[in-house]
Amino acid sequence: METIVEFIDYTLQNSGYIWTQFYRHFLMAAYGVLFAAIFSIPLGILIARYGRLSSWVLAVGSMIQTIPALGAMAVLMIFMGLGTNTAIVTLMLYSILPITQNTYVGIKDVDQTVIEAGYASGMTRFQLLRMVELPLAISVIMAGLRTALVIGIGIAAIGAFVGAGGLGAIILTGTNATNGTAIILAGAVPTAVMAIVADLVLGGIERKLQPANNN
Amino acid sequence: MLQFERVMKKYADGTPAVSNLNLNIEEGEFVCFIGPSGCGKTTTMKMVNRLIDITEGTIYINGKDIKSQNAVELRRSIGYVIQQVGLMPHMTIKENISLVGTLLKWPSDRKEKRAKELLALVDMPEEYLDKYPHELSGGQQQRIGVLRALAANPPLILMDEPFGALDPITRDSLQEEFKKLQKELNKTIVFVTHDMDEALKLGDRIVIMKDGEVVQADTPEEILRNPANEFVETFLGKDRLIQARPDVTTVGQIMDTDPITVTCGTSLKDAIATMRERHVDTLLVVDCDGTLRGFLDVEAINLNYKKASYVEDVMETDLFSVSEDSLLKDTTRKILRRGAKYVPVTDGNHHLTGIVTRATMANIVYDTIWGEGQELDSLTVTT
Repeated sequence: METIVEFIDYTLQNSGYIWTQFYRHFLMAAYGVLFAAIFSIPLGILIARYGRLSSWVLAVGSMIQTIPALGAMAVLMIFMGLGTNTAIVTLMLYSILPITQNTYVGIKDVDQTVIEAGYASGMTRFQLLRMVELPLAISVIMAGLRTALVIGIGIAAIGAFVGAGGLGAIILTGTNATNGTAIILAGAVPTAVMAIVADLVLGGIERKLQPANNN
Repeated sequence: MLQFERVMKKYADGTPAVSNLNLNIEEGEFVCFIGPSGCGKTTTMKMVNRLIDITEGTIYINGKDIKSQNAVELRRSIGYVIQQVGLMPHMTIKENISLVGTLLKWPSDRKEKRAKELLALVDMPEEYLDKYPHELSGGQQQRIGVLRALAANPPLILMDEPFGALDPITRDSLQEEFKKLQKELNKTIVFVTHDMDEALKLGDRIVIMKDGEVVQADTPEEILRNPANEFVETFLGKDRLIQARPDVTTVGQIMDTDPITVTCGTSLKDAIATMRERHVDTLLVVDCDGTLRGFLDVEAINLNYKKASYVEDVMETDLFSVSEDSLLKDTTRKILRRGAKYVPVTDGNHHLTGIVTRATMANIVYDTIWGEGQELDSLTVTT
């Protein structure tokens, strides 16, 4: 009980600071996913077209996923130094697999007869991608972005170790303080809330984007 | 219109899918490609709009080599309908119908007008325009699939078993609807099917393929009448061949070649003796060189027995006959309409060559129902 009261007190007193870190935390996660998406969605389309590449690319993606985030961040820190950029690059690495995989699956799952009909109607490859494959795969791709963002929000909390700031910094302060449970909560609860809200919002968008036949 | 010249397709591993195909399809013709699976019929069709590349030979559309044209533009100028329909699930019916129009960058009012026009063609109300494909039944979806192919008014339409996935009743009505539409719009159709009934019903010409080669390409009537070989016969099926007989059988094939006749100059007495001996009530009268002159029936003899003594005095000369190569179905109709019991068959010079009686026709009915059994031979009755 006492901890909760302390947590509320701390949060109220430091609301400005927590909000700044919350915002910073979110931006890190969002940038990481955004940069990963710029790279991973075309990659997913590519490996859907050239099936032989897919197993290799997805294997590399899975391998990255198995490295502990803290370890990856430490290694990257050696090359990139301290700061937000190191955290964002780490986030990017962890977003590659969910986004690439979902893009690949989404495009692969488009009904072959629809593709054939599109081709036979005289679509170019690009038109087929723009008018048929992407619209039909978009909800699956969105699901990938959603997974990546939720994972990213979790990983961004570790960013504090390489001096990236964010809500992780508050948690770190709490672990260093005596009786810092309330401070840890002040960092952890907003992180969890952010992850849940991001999941709900993107889930909603995903449902909106679903092609008409799956309503 | 569409011309195949020594067309050959080999797959990467060297197995031939289609070999040495030569075919000429006229404008407005409805051509059905049929054969067992793997015979190359679909491959042949897909080579026309270059979904599959030709290995050797050439295909000409209106005299132009398809390889000299841009593949994408070529496809936009050829309609295409597939069995699985392949409507875009994320597009409305209107967008689906005017897909080729969109690719050809038509203005939206033109697309809308065309979509309405086409929908009216298959008697579907306009509110369907804003529905999505999954809201339609299978038959309706395929109607839209056909309309999509018609949208840019292409002279040539390729169809790959378009009605194969539909239930029999829907299929029947769609076949009829489509055949009517095709005649109205005068489209050239290349239609791939494995359903012989469908091919016989729709096709102006049927191309039967086996192992990548054309076995027979002819009108349905000609194929039923003269199957090129045993494969075609088994493919058609015995039932169908027997059923089709009244349609294609000529009188010459079924007539009784030994009609009971008397020659001019025979006395009535002898004529009666012949009747009694052969158990008939009518005799055909011929002269010495076999020319048909008339007929003599037992009533006429009865009436005139005392007055006349020779067959030519009492015979009826007003008789109709048919030639050997007239179709059985027409002959049957004539016999029934005139209420005649038989009809004599003559060659070009009025020489009597045979006779078709009601009994002869009854035998065909037996054959059709029970197959060609030996016990039926005993039923053969002569006049």
